[in-house]
Amino acid sequence: MKSAVEEPLLPLEPGGPAGDGSRGYGAFGRRRIGDLRQSGILIPFIALFIVLSLTNTHFFTGTNLLNVLDQQASTLVAAAGETLVLVTGGLDLSIGAIYVLAGVTAAHFALVTNPTFAILLALLVGLAVGLTNGIVTAVFRVNSLIATLAASYVVIGIAGLATGGNIIDDFTHPSFGNFSRTVFLGVHTSTWVMIFVVVLLGFVLHRTTTGRYMYAAGGNREAAQLAGVRVRQVQILAFACSGVVAALGGVIDTSRVLSSPSVSNEGFGLAFAVLAGVVVGGTSILGGRGAMWRSVVGILFIALIANGFNLLGANPLYETIVLGVLLVAAVAFDSWTRLRQG
Amino acid sequence: MPSGPDDLGLPGAPFDDANAITQPDAAGRAVGPVGGGATGDANPDVPAPHLELKRISKHFGATKALDDVSVRLFPGRVHVLVGENGAGKSTLGKIVGGVLAPNEGELLLRGKVVRFRSPLDALAHGIASIAQELAVVPELTAEQNVFLGAEPRWSGYVRRRELRRRYDALCDAAGFGVPPGAVVGRLRAAEQQKVEILRALARDAELIVLDEPSSSLGKDDVAKLRALIPSLRSRGMTIVLVSHFLGEVLEMADDVSILRDGRLVRTGDAAAETEESLVEAMLGRTLDRSLPERCPPRADAPAVLSVRNLRAHGVNGVSFDVRAGEIVALAGLVGAGRTEVAQAIVGTRRTLSGEVLVAGSPLERRTPRRLLDRGLAMIPESRKEEGLVLDRPVRENAALSVLPVLSRFGYVRRGLERRQVARVLERLDVRTSGADAGTRTLSGGNQQKLLFARVVLSAPLVLVADEPTRGVDVGARRSIHELVIELAREGKGVLLISSDTDEVLAIAHRILVMQGGRIVAELDGSTATEEELVGASLLDRDRAVS
Repeated sequence: MKSAVEEPLLPLEPGGPAGDGSRGYGAFGRRRIGDLRQSGILIPFIALFIVLSLTNTHFFTGTNLLNVLDQQASTLVAAAGETLVLVTGGLDLSIGAIYVLAGVTAAHFALVTNPTFAILLALLVGLAVGLTNGIVTAVFRVNSLIATLAASYVVIGIAGLATGGNIIDDFTHPSFGNFSRTVFLGVHTSTWVMIFVVVLLGFVLHRTTTGRYMYAAGGNREAAQLAGVRVRQVQILAFACSGVVAALGGVIDTSRVLSSPSVSNEGFGLAFAVLAGVVVGGTSILGGRGAMWRSVVGILFIALIANGFNLLGANPLYETIVLGVLLVAAVAFDSWTRLRQG
Repeated sequence: MPSGPDDLGLPGAPFDDANAITQPDAAGRAVGPVGGGATGDANPDVPAPHLELKRISKHFGATKALDDVSVRLFPGRVHVLVGENGAGKSTLGKIVGGVLAPNEGELLLRGKVVRFRSPLDALAHGIASIAQELAVVPELTAEQNVFLGAEPRWSGYVRRRELRRRYDALCDAAGFGVPPGAVVGRLRAAEQQKVEILRALARDAELIVLDEPSSSLGKDDVAKLRALIPSLRSRGMTIVLVSHFLGEVLEMADDVSILRDGRLVRTGDAAAETEESLVEAMLGRTLDRSLPERCPPRADAPAVLSVRNLRAHGVNGVSFDVRAGEIVALAGLVGAGRTEVAQAIVGTRRTLSGEVLVAGSPLERRTPRRLLDRGLAMIPESRKEEGLVLDRPVRENAALSVLPVLSRFGYVRRGLERRQVARVLERLDVRTSGADAGTRTLSGGNQQKLLFARVVLSAPLVLVADEPTRGVDVGARRSIHELVIELAREGKGVLLISSDTDEVLAIAHRILVMQGGRIVAELDGSTATEEELVGASLLDRDRAVS
């Protein structure tokens, strides 16, 4: 049936409207009802941006903003992958663990072999864990929250075993730092890599058949399947992407600071930070709804709050409280819009 | 039902209570006409309305669901709201029941302006709604559901015997019942709705809004439920019935209001209406009763779908062919195995043995995707659960099955997609505000047509349509029938699965009647009568075959 649509469609009824079928449908569809959520996070983000710009002279400077972007590079990269998983109707808690294991792998093999090999190997580790997550979730139908939580424990355990709980430093091999710390057009490569990944995965999600299938699978699994979408394949792909980019996040940070992430601290921390940002951005944890730009704005919003606390010299202990309140507010907003649609 | 002399006195007790509670209301009703007189123009011969809806408008965003609708509901009468899907009849019912608040206009309860903030608030005013979506706690028993939140209590403990006594008394008074200890989640939908009605009665409701579920209930369940209405009316209750089934409804209606596109066409005595006059008013035109001619498939038309000795859970060895250009219907009672056959064909139900051939070649390990690639497309039974991705726009839902063709190296060619989708939507007359409209905003009939649009885009050889017109209004039903006939005329094979006898007789070339997972009779669609079809579905299998 490959060429079915290229051929003229079924003959139109005689006398019926023929010809230019696009008549009446503008290039941009009319805004739907209840599209408050369309702009949701943008308004507070811009407001916060303006407030910080006005209240602190150090905020709206290239150095500070680039610094924020650079610091968030690994989080944003991982968030791009998590967005795919959430839209597909899953949840990936293992990204923090993958981040750690990939960091450890890269740090170790950069010492014993060469940086390129180390980085590729770290990404392969991420791919392996991601594929496993996908298969366990899609084929064995284990709830993804539990599957990836279990995977986190296993992966962190492996990282702990491999390092003996120590941090591996690469200070003797500074060339490994080039991956993140090279400056191109005034911006660190870590930021460039982040932009590349976000744009690439955003393209996949919004412009390709795969992305369409992700939305369909997350929005109504049953319907997607009956419409001919290979739902399992799409789910596995989403988890695999998430695994690879979470590993990339680990590599970026390890290369940036020339030492591996701490096994005990960052295993779950990153997963929670990413999830918080993606959800605050407005991507639904129930699947089928969300967008890549939302995740970027959500993560940056949280980063700006942290940056603001820092610049304004406020007590950073309040930061997590603010974040918690925001998170609940974002999810409540999502539920509310769903409720209104009935 | 306990009916010993001891019990006879006791069931009365809660009802004495109930009467005590409703007493002020009854007094209020007696005062009502005077209050009505105060509003001026009321004809003294006409009783005061129980509830009057005055110039009600309701919009959802830019969509106007109701536009300046005024209806009077009279006490002790059955008032039926009819209209096509999306005409606003359910919305009106919800406004009466306090589920929705109108944007403009007011409600007068016995002459007094009221404003319901919630269904609970409406219930406090004696108005209960039995909605399309059931609102029972599935894990609890019938009696627990009926008295949920109003259990007879003794300092926190539920007085079980008292609860049972009140329940029995309630069933007696209502004239129907449900076994008190039955777990509601295991009852069929019609019984669950009885529980809901009993609950409304237990709360002393005087006006009941029954939104007849069009898609969740089978036709016989709907009939059972409808049989309760006379007994409710004889209790002096006012009943608002939102319904799709015109003929049956007309028999029991006292008053009828017809809605079209959110506007009231007319409201008045049901005796003045016929089924035809209702349809005409609903559609704004007379419905052409004749369908396009079914032209029989050519004698040499090849079989596009062949099922050979198919066995699965609920399917006990089924064999048949669907030829190009032929509409074959699988008929039979609910539970006869029709849907199971469809599921086994498309691979969502595991096949134990037998084979399925599409265009002559057998296909093992069937999945919807593989079948689509071979030319078999499906319209699933439930458009909301199995058909559409409601969060995505119309365009994406229509294109979902053919995206590989509308893309290049995985990149969706959106211009091409937009043109193709717009064209097919136009051809099938799917009414939307555009291809980018939210799928959720479409009416049931248009959602169903959207599923057909998806199938038409995939240009299949065979189409398996499971209950393609369930929960769809008369107009959409007609155009779906026309479409199916047209698709067959173009040479596609159609396997129609339907519990709608009229539909099967109207469009099928050949009817296969199922019973207990087998095909027990084959009828010619052009000559078969309703009696033959129903007879074959009901009769003992051996007799039917002989």
